[in-house]
Amino acid sequence: MKQVSTLDRVVIRFAGDSGDGMQLTGDRFTSDSAAFGNDISTLPNFPAEIRAPAGTLPGVSSFQLHFANYDIMTPGDRPDVLVAMNPAALKANIDDLPRGGVIIADSADFTKRNLAKVGYDSDPLSDGSLDNYQVHALDLTGMTVEAVKEFGLTRKDATRAKNMFALGLLSWLYHRPTEGTLNFLTTKFASKPNIRDANITAFKAGYAFGETTEVFAVTYEVAPAPMPSGKYRQISGNLALAYGLITASKKAGLPLFLGAYPITPASDVLHELSKHKRFGVTTFQAEDEIAGIGAALGASFAGHLGVTTTSGPGAVLKSETIGLAVAIELPLIICDIQRAGPSTGMPTKTEQADLLQVMFGRNGEAPVPVLAAQSPADCFPTALEAVQIAIKYRTPVVILSDGYIANGAEPWLVPDLSDIPAIDPQLASGTNATDKAGQPIFMPYLRDPQTLARPWAIPGTAGLEHRIGGIEKARDTGAVSYDPANHEEMVRTRQAKINGIVQDIPDLIVDDPADADGQHAQVIVLGWGSTYGAIVAAARRVRKSGRQIAYTHLRHLNPFPANLGDILRSYQRVIVPEMNMGQLALLLRAKYLVDVRSYSRVRGLPISLSELARDLEAEIDQLEGSNP
Amino acid sequence: MTAVDQLHSELDHPLDPNGMSYRGLAGVPLSLEPLNRKDFASDQEVRWCPGCGDYAVLAAFQGFMPELGIKRENTVIVSGIGCASRFPYYVDTYGMHSIHGRATAIATGVATAREDLAVFVITGDGDALSIGGNHLIHVLRRNVNLTILLFNNRIYGLTKGQYSPTSEIGKITKSTPMGSLDNPFNPVSLALGAEATFVARTIDSDRKHLTGVLKAAAAHRGSSLVEIYQNCPIFNDGAFDAIKDPATSADAIIPLNHGQPIRFGVDGHLGVVREPQTGAFSVVEVADVGESALVVHDAHLADPSFAFGLSRLTDAGVLHRAPIGIFRDAEAPTYDDEARNQVALAASLGNDDQALQTVINGGDTWTVR
Repeated sequence: MKQVSTLDRVVIRFAGDSGDGMQLTGDRFTSDSAAFGNDISTLPNFPAEIRAPAGTLPGVSSFQLHFANYDIMTPGDRPDVLVAMNPAALKANIDDLPRGGVIIADSADFTKRNLAKVGYDSDPLSDGSLDNYQVHALDLTGMTVEAVKEFGLTRKDATRAKNMFALGLLSWLYHRPTEGTLNFLTTKFASKPNIRDANITAFKAGYAFGETTEVFAVTYEVAPAPMPSGKYRQISGNLALAYGLITASKKAGLPLFLGAYPITPASDVLHELSKHKRFGVTTFQAEDEIAGIGAALGASFAGHLGVTTTSGPGAVLKSETIGLAVAIELPLIICDIQRAGPSTGMPTKTEQADLLQVMFGRNGEAPVPVLAAQSPADCFPTALEAVQIAIKYRTPVVILSDGYIANGAEPWLVPDLSDIPAIDPQLASGTNATDKAGQPIFMPYLRDPQTLARPWAIPGTAGLEHRIGGIEKARDTGAVSYDPANHEEMVRTRQAKINGIVQDIPDLIVDDPADADGQHAQVIVLGWGSTYGAIVAAARRVRKSGRQIAYTHLRHLNPFPANLGDILRSYQRVIVPEMNMGQLALLLRAKYLVDVRSYSRVRGLPISLSELARDLEAEIDQLEGSNP
Repeated sequence: MTAVDQLHSELDHPLDPNGMSYRGLAGVPLSLEPLNRKDFASDQEVRWCPGCGDYAVLAAFQGFMPELGIKRENTVIVSGIGCASRFPYYVDTYGMHSIHGRATAIATGVATAREDLAVFVITGDGDALSIGGNHLIHVLRRNVNLTILLFNNRIYGLTKGQYSPTSEIGKITKSTPMGSLDNPFNPVSLALGAEATFVARTIDSDRKHLTGVLKAAAAHRGSSLVEIYQNCPIFNDGAFDAIKDPATSADAIIPLNHGQPIRFGVDGHLGVVREPQTGAFSVVEVADVGESALVVHDAHLADPSFAFGLSRLTDAGVLHRAPIGIFRDAEAPTYDDEARNQVALAASLGNDDQALQTVINGGDTWTVR
């Protein structure tokens, strides 16, 4: 009987060649951990190239998983365990592994040739260079090939099951349930019985190897995390976004029309929505980004819920059509799943540098509401709210997500759809004014006094025929107008309409518990989007150190919540961590004249919580030092 | 289903006394009362230059729309940017004056979303062939059910007189004082290259021909492209004089009529023959080859090569001769019909709230108590 050690949290990073199935392996371990009841957070990290040359550093694909017995906020800065399927995977990831960390390496891949490919002169598994780590050099490939030989696969196919062997071993080491993965393999390879049986056998062999080998003296348990009761599933941001959009479309009774062009990391939303045509979803894979949003806007005009999905380089191309949607005042949802830029940048790496683009990247005064999701599961309510705003205010709305939350996963308390209120699209059905002769007429730009929204009259509605377009409209009638006073009124009215959305935005809540003396923090850390996890985790760490810090997080970037200015002014120091050069900081300084401090990281990776915590502590100490 | 819809679905061609089939409008509800030209005129003052060919096209459009018999409110006109693209403001239907080059993309969304709408696109040579060239070829290859009126005046009018992608080489304009250098597009060839299922060419000043072609285009189910030779009296006056001037038009217009030999000219002295070896078409004196050698026009061929070959009889330079009429009118599945079919087929799996809840629950769930 081996010793069992209990841990609160573990971070495992699976790393290998792009073709080694590391994303699948990580995904399965995540599912099994989630099903076990741990809280989870994941960070897939893969090259943009589909198959970079085998065994090279650019070809390394990794998947990091953080699982714990409490509510964790990030996928973890540094892994406790590194599974390295080849020398490139070891070399690319070893710097992230703290000393004393566990390395499980497939020794079969550490050949002279593979070592030379990544610049190792000698084998790090045996030359002593890894003496500060716990190294388990195992012939994963050899053991896998041996285990599956009865299925008569080619060596190549047999070798491919080594990721399942590794998964089996790790599942044993961390006491994971195995039914989920066994069921998954049975379904996934149902049409290829040999491959199915080989993968299942490799998985079981890995598990059995752990039980019988003397290599591992200790196994680990991570107890389930306490979570609110209910039914959970694991969900990624792109999946949650797709589900949110479908749900919103059903709640509004408007068929969903997606016009999209494939782009990393947004394509999965297109893929997912394409599977759900049964719910009235039309997906149009357009010839380019412009046609994608154009068709979506055309569908909105026709009375559908028009949606387009893209990433930064595509959002640029959509700017002109977003401007048209502002002018013709129709609902439209633009999802920008941000990635590292400028230009092509790093398509599979994350960043938050499109904020100013979506705020201002249009000609003329063209205000657009902007919402940002803070975590994978949060994409669902964000999509719902974006649709509510778009329909109520007859406006395009931007949803900002990013590569990190798009591909990352976390447990999600699945909502009961019957709890979600209906959205009334209030389509115009009759005339809304009378002409000088007292005849009833339809004025397409006569606004609702409460929301300043114009009527949405869809083709097929008799008596409401009207023309809209990008040329400036006369108030009320919507006729073409070049009148100076009218233009000024329309520009200000469009702005006032967007500003007025604040009436539907709840006040921002600050987390700032008083200390024993009833004192509150002097420093507040404020973020938006996917930095949420790192910020909350860093704030917790700062508090553990005995310091006080407040934090809050913005979903509504345009308009801002009504109480944001008061919050900013009530702290001595405001720190805004962002994965850009300080874009929200710029907006806050401009609007509120508060000396916010930008904390900027642009590495294509989520902000490191330990680095952030350290820097926040330094800020607090410095401020207290200067305030005796 | 209303009685009118019933009638529409049962009869192939309920409206046209000549027996034209209006499959292109199947699904669009019919008007319960007869409409007239005035019903299609908006209250906006028409503001094109005096003598502009656009007036004639607008008049022909407002004239033939009532003959289609469809409900006015089920008509949508989408335009891009350019002189012609002001068109929707003048027609009292639903309309959108959109963005330069993008009308076909936007109209694709309208047409795919709603089978019950008759969708027209108004565009010009710059709008459709320069900035919107990509969207044009893709709407044509997809065969979205809509009708495109391409006003070709071979010049940029709204920006005051630069050469366009259909201007002849050597065109002297403000932006090309030493003459334009680029080879022009032949819009009909381009459309046929994209395998458009309905392609025609007509002339702004020939009301009868224009109306006939537009009706046939609306009747076609799928993308219909109608190139309209349209005179710009300000920046490119006389570009089409050869085919408009009664003194020269007989020898300049190659008339395309389905099922008839292609013969034209004063006293029909000219005709079109096809080289057996290359498949290329050429114009010959009928007296030299005999009438039996003339090509008989067939607009319904599945392969667009024949129509493409005919389109090459158009002058690329200053226009002296061009085929006029319907080059191609072939049946093919439409993108929007097929897209709606997929949604309908998928919906048969069940699409209520419970079905959506099941999807969102996913396969791997766990319960925390």
